[in-house]
Amino acid sequence: MGRISLNQVTKSFGDVNVIPPLDLDINEGEFVVFVGPSGCGKSTLLRLIAGLEDVTSGEIRIDGQDATMVPPAKRGLAMVFQSYALYPHMSVAKNIAFPLRMAGMNKAEQDKRVAHAAKVLNLADYLDRRPGQLSGGQRQRVAIGRAIVREPAAFLFDEPLSNLDAALRVNMRLEISELHNTLKTTMIYVTHDQVEAMTMADKIVVLQAGRIEQVGSPMELYRTPRNTFVAGFIGSPKMNLIEGPEAARHDAHTIGIRPEHLAISTTEGAWKGVVGVSEHLGSDTFLHVHQTGLAETITLRAPGELELRHGDTVYMTPEADKLHRFGPDGLRLA
Amino acid sequence: MATQHSRLAARVMISPAVILLLGWMLIPLCLTIYFSFLRYNLLMPGMEEFTGWTNYRYFLTDPAFFAAIANTLALVLGVLFITIVGGVLLALLLDQPMWGQGIVRILVIAPFFVMPTVSALVWKNMFMNPVNGLFAQLFKAVGLQPFDFLSQAPLMSIIGIVSWQWLPFATLILLTAIQSLDSEQLEAAEMDGAGPLSRFFYIILPHLGRAITVVILIQTIFLLSIFAEILVTTNGGPGTATTNLTYLVYVQSLLQFDVGGGSAGGVIAIILANIVAIFLMRMIGKNLDA
Ligand SMILES: Nc1ncnc2c1ncn2[C@@H]1O[C@H](COP(=O)(O)OP(=O)(O)OP(=O)(O)O)[C@@H](O)[C@H]1O
Ligand SMILES: [Mg+2]
Repeated sequence: MGRISLNQVTKSFGDVNVIPPLDLDINEGEFVVFVGPSGCGKSTLLRLIAGLEDVTSGEIRIDGQDATMVPPAKRGLAMVFQSYALYPHMSVAKNIAFPLRMAGMNKAEQDKRVAHAAKVLNLADYLDRRPGQLSGGQRQRVAIGRAIVREPAAFLFDEPLSNLDAALRVNMRLEISELHNTLKTTMIYVTHDQVEAMTMADKIVVLQAGRIEQVGSPMELYRTPRNTFVAGFIGSPKMNLIEGPEAARHDAHTIGIRPEHLAISTTEGAWKGVVGVSEHLGSDTFLHVHQTGLAETITLRAPGELELRHGDTVYMTPEADKLHRFGPDGLRLA
Repeated sequence: MATQHSRLAARVMISPAVILLLGWMLIPLCLTIYFSFLRYNLLMPGMEEFTGWTNYRYFLTDPAFFAAIANTLALVLGVLFITIVGGVLLALLLDQPMWGQGIVRILVIAPFFVMPTVSALVWKNMFMNPVNGLFAQLFKAVGLQPFDFLSQAPLMSIIGIVSWQWLPFATLILLTAIQSLDSEQLEAAEMDGAGPLSRFFYIILPHLGRAITVVILIQTIFLLSIFAEILVTTNGGPGTATTNLTYLVYVQSLLQFDVGGGSAGGVIAIILANIVAIFLMRMIGKNLDA
């Protein structure tokens, strides 16, 4: 249960074509993350899968069955919205039980499932409260609870953590990953945060303007980005992309080197520059180096205890086997 | 607003309004209470004298009084029922995207801008008139006996007229409330397997609770004092069939020239209105708490 495939799916709003023809296969039990910049069509794609929007053309199959025209309730998918979309006038227990009540399940079975979900999600103490009396993280858990009691074929999450503060986000990220490990249900997760994508996904789908730029495991995308867009999008801080004579020296239109693959020295190296802002994270320091003649800024990762001042001169050497080469069309050169 | 100084300034600034409002309310109220204890008949000027509770005794034992209470209640409840059910349905309809939405919305609101006397006269003469009225013509067109609304079902007719006036108000408030409903909630309910009816009863209607409370409270205040519509259509008749409390007070003081009796009726009306208000706040006021 939980295999989803999209076949030449397109979506237009009036004249605006948001999703050009798109193919995608999601396997059973996979944790798939859609990631991409704002407005690239992640939510739209998720809503197409959920059935909240009609496809303009193409076909959606769920577990081998054609689901293109099936109404949302019948697709067996559960969705967690960015705004949580809890029912404000119902208690937490009623919220979680709502899909069961709609399915006409008997009260005893409903109570059993709600109690189980509450236990899994640490909500047992809040069952009688209204959503308005809960914190953001608790609301998030109620929304997830409402999704899991249905025992759906797949979960759809639309930026579920974007309303939470940083610490809570890390927590909930772990909880959702944990949930995936326990339930082993297919999950599709939309985010624009590449850290979430890298840490949670079995498979990342990078989208830009409705097109799929690359599909692969997080490390595949990190090691072998298919084009400059994916190269710049995956990884934090961003990969340094360098054009011009230095790239030509490597027989490429653009070369890319990640900040963590640059060795730093105060005396000698391949490239020379002047230190601008340095961000001390404790464990690491990110240096922004200017006046290199390569690109506006080169970011590089240095050890945390590094003592360098604004205006100091530094030398950098890229690790040769970690250099990415891209052609004039932006595609990766072998 | 925290400092002593700004609090004092605030009090000074609002005092003219408060004093004006107090005067506006208190002076007529006190005069009414004063008159209600006098034998004060316009046909016998200069003969006013204190009579104690006599005016109240006469007013409260008048058979017309009980008829008036029943009519007032029927009028208020009938109009509330029609406007809220109709208002919710109309608001749902107007919320749907459709061609010419702007114009349709203005048309729906229009009756609210027609003054009560005019709209009641239009209904009486153009629609309900048993000879020339539109309804009479329709009845005749399909071969039926014309129905004389204002004499055969007078109270129902007035409820109809008043509902027509207040329906736009209810629709407007309920429409804005429906539009403020988060569409993701409806989508979540849809994914949870709720059909259109379940979505209405479990999501939309509870969301409208507060707006419905506001409509009930505001309309009740105005519906308790309906007068013009009755005056220009039925004059409270036939008999006392459409006499409500307001109209009874008018009859007492201006048709029977008994200012004292009318004032007593007015005071009783005030007391009853307050009882209704307390009941309402008890029953539905909790909906207004955030
Ligand atoms: N109902 C609609 N009508 C017209 N255009 C729409 C509609 N919904 C979305 N769009 C357009 O489709 C594009 C993709 O929108 P979508 O909401 O899928 O973006 P997103 O990737 O989820 O962005 P974000 O990360 O900001 O949520 C946007 O350009 C948006 O303007
Ligand atoms: Mg989105």
